[in-house]
Amino acid sequence: MEEIKMVNLKINGQDVSVPAGTTILDAARKAGIKIPTLCYLRDINAIGACRVCVVEVKGARSLVASCVYPVSEGMEVTTNSQKVIEARKTTVELILSDHDKNCLSCVRNQNCELQRLSEELGCDAKRFGGAVNTFDIDATTPYIVRDNNKCILCRRCVAACKNYQGLAIIGTNSRGFATHVGAAFDKDLADVPCVGCGQCINVCPVGALHEKEEIDDVIAALQDKSKYVIIATAPSVRIGLGEEFGYPIGSNVEGKMVTAMRKMGFNAVFDVDFAADLTIMEEGTEFINRLNNGGTLPMLTSCSPAWIKYVEHNYPDLIPNLSSCKSPQQMFGAICKTYYAEKLGIDPKDMVVVSVMPCTAKKFEKGRANQSAAGVPDIDIAITTRELAKLIRRFGLIFNELEEGKFDAPLGISSTAGLLFGATGGVMEAALRTLADVLEGKELDKIEYTAVRGTQGIKEAVVNIAGKDVKVAVASGLANAKVLMDKIRAGEADYHFIEIMSCPGGCVNGGGQPIKSAYERNNLDIKALRAGAIYAADSKSELRKSHKNPIIKELYDNYLGEPNSHKAHKILHTSYEARKKY
Amino acid sequence: MYRNTVLICGGTGCHSNHSAEIYDKFVEEIAAKGIKEDVLLVKTGCFGLCAVGPVVIIYPEGAFYSTVSVSDVPELVSEHLIKGRLVERLIYKDKEVVTKALSETNFYKSQTRVALRNCGVINPEDIDEYIAYDGYQALIKVLTEMTPEEVIQTILDSGLRGRGGAGFPTGLKWRFCRNAQPDETGIKYVCCNADEGDPGAFMDRSILEGDPHAVIEAMAIAAYAIGASQGYIYVRAEYPIAVSRMRIAIGQAKEYGLLGKNILGLGFDFDLDIRLGSGAFVCGEETALMTSIEGKRGEPRPRPPFPANKGLFAKPTVLNNVETYANVAQIILKGPEWFASMGTEKSKGTKVFALGGKIVNTGLVEIPMGTTLRTVIEDIGGGIPNGKKFKAAQTGGPSGGCIPAQHMDVPIDFENLAAIGSIMGSGGLIVMDEDNCMVDIAKFFLLFTKDESCGKCTPCRIGTTRLLEYLDKITSGKGELSDLDEMEKLCYYIKDNALCGLGQTAPNPVLSTLRYFRDEYIAHIVDKKCPAGVCKALLSYEILDTCKGCTLCARNCPVNAISGAVKQVHKIDQSKCIKCGVCMDKCKFKAIVRK
Repeated sequence: MEEIKMVNLKINGQDVSVPAGTTILDAARKAGIKIPTLCYLRDINAIGACRVCVVEVKGARSLVASCVYPVSEGMEVTTNSQKVIEARKTTVELILSDHDKNCLSCVRNQNCELQRLSEELGCDAKRFGGAVNTFDIDATTPYIVRDNNKCILCRRCVAACKNYQGLAIIGTNSRGFATHVGAAFDKDLADVPCVGCGQCINVCPVGALHEKEEIDDVIAALQDKSKYVIIATAPSVRIGLGEEFGYPIGSNVEGKMVTAMRKMGFNAVFDVDFAADLTIMEEGTEFINRLNNGGTLPMLTSCSPAWIKYVEHNYPDLIPNLSSCKSPQQMFGAICKTYYAEKLGIDPKDMVVVSVMPCTAKKFEKGRANQSAAGVPDIDIAITTRELAKLIRRFGLIFNELEEGKFDAPLGISSTAGLLFGATGGVMEAALRTLADVLEGKELDKIEYTAVRGTQGIKEAVVNIAGKDVKVAVASGLANAKVLMDKIRAGEADYHFIEIMSCPGGCVNGGGQPIKSAYERNNLDIKALRAGAIYAADSKSELRKSHKNPIIKELYDNYLGEPNSHKAHKILHTSYEARKKY
Repeated sequence: MYRNTVLICGGTGCHSNHSAEIYDKFVEEIAAKGIKEDVLLVKTGCFGLCAVGPVVIIYPEGAFYSTVSVSDVPELVSEHLIKGRLVERLIYKDKEVVTKALSETNFYKSQTRVALRNCGVINPEDIDEYIAYDGYQALIKVLTEMTPEEVIQTILDSGLRGRGGAGFPTGLKWRFCRNAQPDETGIKYVCCNADEGDPGAFMDRSILEGDPHAVIEAMAIAAYAIGASQGYIYVRAEYPIAVSRMRIAIGQAKEYGLLGKNILGLGFDFDLDIRLGSGAFVCGEETALMTSIEGKRGEPRPRPPFPANKGLFAKPTVLNNVETYANVAQIILKGPEWFASMGTEKSKGTKVFALGGKIVNTGLVEIPMGTTLRTVIEDIGGGIPNGKKFKAAQTGGPSGGCIPAQHMDVPIDFENLAAIGSIMGSGGLIVMDEDNCMVDIAKFFLLFTKDESCGKCTPCRIGTTRLLEYLDKITSGKGELSDLDEMEKLCYYIKDNALCGLGQTAPNPVLSTLRYFRDEYIAHIVDKKCPAGVCKALLSYEILDTCKGCTLCARNCPVNAISGAVKQVHKIDQSKCIKCGVCMDKCKFKAIVRK
């Protein structure tokens, strides 16, 4: 092993020894000193732009940005001199001078890094007057709203789009004081191949980006007594939601979440995990058919709506590889409005199905063509985990004191294979659990497929099922997906089945999940912590295979027939369309 | 054998004054008179004395004709070329003295032309002319007699420092890059910064237009020294003549085997391409320039890593400015001692300045380092026109500062200019007289940098905007004395915190005017007056009792602010007046004054 060269330096007079190549920021963190940052995001945005993290380095001509400045032997750093403190304060005051400071009605009020920095540094928000940029708000998409009046040009969104997703849909336009973030030629977000993943929202330190909220629609539906209002949550929502109420990252708050929704007055509180089980039945069967009948391989999963939109814009030639299965959200809505409406004897028109998703692209997905099994949209309202938290607060529910509740039957019954959908590799693992049993024709003891677990961007495994080697791959983050797609396109991939999730780490880290500050993102492995809660719940579960879910069996026996039946196809499958890029 | 050689300036200044048509007219006239075989016409690069262009020089007499027009050509042909008689009326007059030869003029006498040696001498579109003037001899010498390390040592010994502004020792830069460990591809690059963006500076343009091979040769030498085989010249698209001559030069050099694979059969490969910049000032900053060559938005990136280690496409890269390169071949041929014998202790050689503003001889001059500002302005530049008084010289463009009269005798070099609050910069030198308001000057330069900020870092994007707003406040008569302290604080903040050189130097014009002309700021703030009479909000025009009532002012006022009956004293309605000054210019009786 190559020896790591250590570098010795002094920070505020304290001796520190760190590996060569370490930045001053990280060296200081190691010495117990927190240097404030704003534009810096580990791994994706080290550009030294905002200048909040400046420090004094003895002998340097000017202050240096600690987030990008590497340590060197004998370096003497001061992080808290008056010059440094004044400089940071002035920087934030300048940012505030060109910022829409309407904090009280901002979506990020009390969860804003600029607000916090201003407080920490003792800024005078009115020190600098002068011109303020004004921009039109871009609310052209159903998923993301961009309000550049609040943008502070840290470019974290630009970096997320480019480096996490490999898209670079947004960049900086104009220059000088007029510089602003936007799509090419300042086109509206609706007119560019943005996939709506919402990763830009998650990294935004201020209120310049947020999802298009549907909270008011939920409240209105609940008030309308002529409507039967169903709410259902995606796997990752129970894992993220607690963070909005002070729980540590990776807390599973399913019980309190269910109680909260019930107390809001929904007619039924269901679980999209049920539809995840259903997806395994349909997608698994589709895969077996493709495998045995010479269908297009590798088959690509279709759960992630931003991923679907990505393929439609960028790899239309690979549309035949996509599974025709609707996503769990859409399957859930479709079953509600067909099977369940019939069962209750309710006109699906009088049913409102609200989905709670860790995702912003779901807001787009529900409006896609061919997503109306009962002649009305499968899903009426799709809100994010963050919006659910807001609803809970708006309804005055004291979350931490709520009792533990259970989802309603029948569509709240699920296996923890469905829960796995929340973490990257989870769909694959859930599918393998069922495929192995089905193809072997017996119930196997093997349940855990650890090769497809973990937060790395691309995972590969060969699984022997019924004497056949099935080659699978899993990718999360579209930049990683691109690597696999290019391989397929070039004919260099011999995978059979590929799971893709748009967001790095999968849905637990989705664009609709609670927003974590850069400090948390830089110092904690949020994806792994949240995924850990999923695997913990699965390991304790009695029901860990989708095909063992009794309600799934009942649904097929009494309504759908068998997986991929004509009826199942009509209700649970969809189609895709090639989309232009620009 | 030609009897006469006619040099016609094809530099930008003369070109825009129809020198191309003058050339065509010469071709036509010479043909018509049947002396085509006797006369060699050469379209050259810039002579430097742009103020009196278009310039034509006829040898063997060396007659220096100025402000020549197309209609003068038949006379020049019939009188000078056929009858051998000078056309006196077109001969340049230096301070009213008729000066026949270029070298006799005050403008040229104190100059030492190293970087500009071939400009205005050779036809830049003909490689043979460059070769005839020792062109490519240095490259051959380097490839056949010197090791890369010897080349670097020679450049180091010469004391050559970067002419682009910062004055970093060129040899050291090359050594860093030579010693840099390339990645597995082994690729290193040589780049030329021809993104000359300082307002008023045009020395790089003139070199590219007048002596493009000097840059190509030097880049090949640099490539040999550091171990590169590919170079890029990053030049502004706004320099079409420079671009076209450089393209021609590269083509000819390739044809002659002086660029490309196995140069002159000596086993050295070097190829050169041009990349056009689209006019962003910040792309003159080295990391922004490389980012732009990479095809991205031209924005600076943090250093370290420095370009010598990770530059263009993250490969070790040497980037020098055009003028720096223009010195290299001669240092190789004449030796480092020759170069080091010129200049001051720490600033060796010569420097080209672009003289502009309130000066008689606007143009391009090259002087040994250590020449005083007084020599440049009074002797070479011919002083201030219209008998006005010198107030300040602005050097270094928007990143520089204003030098007041008390420092006129400071020898110009990197250290001295920095000590008096300015910088060498790329060599823009703008002269200001008593009619220039120094607050307004600071505003002018800051407006430029504010607009040219790439918008990446906070101090530059917002800081320069706020700083400019203070200046606007002061020039519009709303300033308070406390603003001066706030401005100063903001200036030092920007200098300390901006990401790149553009931002770090943007406050210099404000700081240097605050340092030397604080009384003018105070006059604006306390007396609400602009002493130079420039800031409109602080001016008023008034009609004196000596008004004859001729009505001329009223008839010329664009906003009908002047009223009065014929033969009666007129009056200006101050609420309507836009302070354009037309009335004062038109008044034949000096009855209108500006206060």
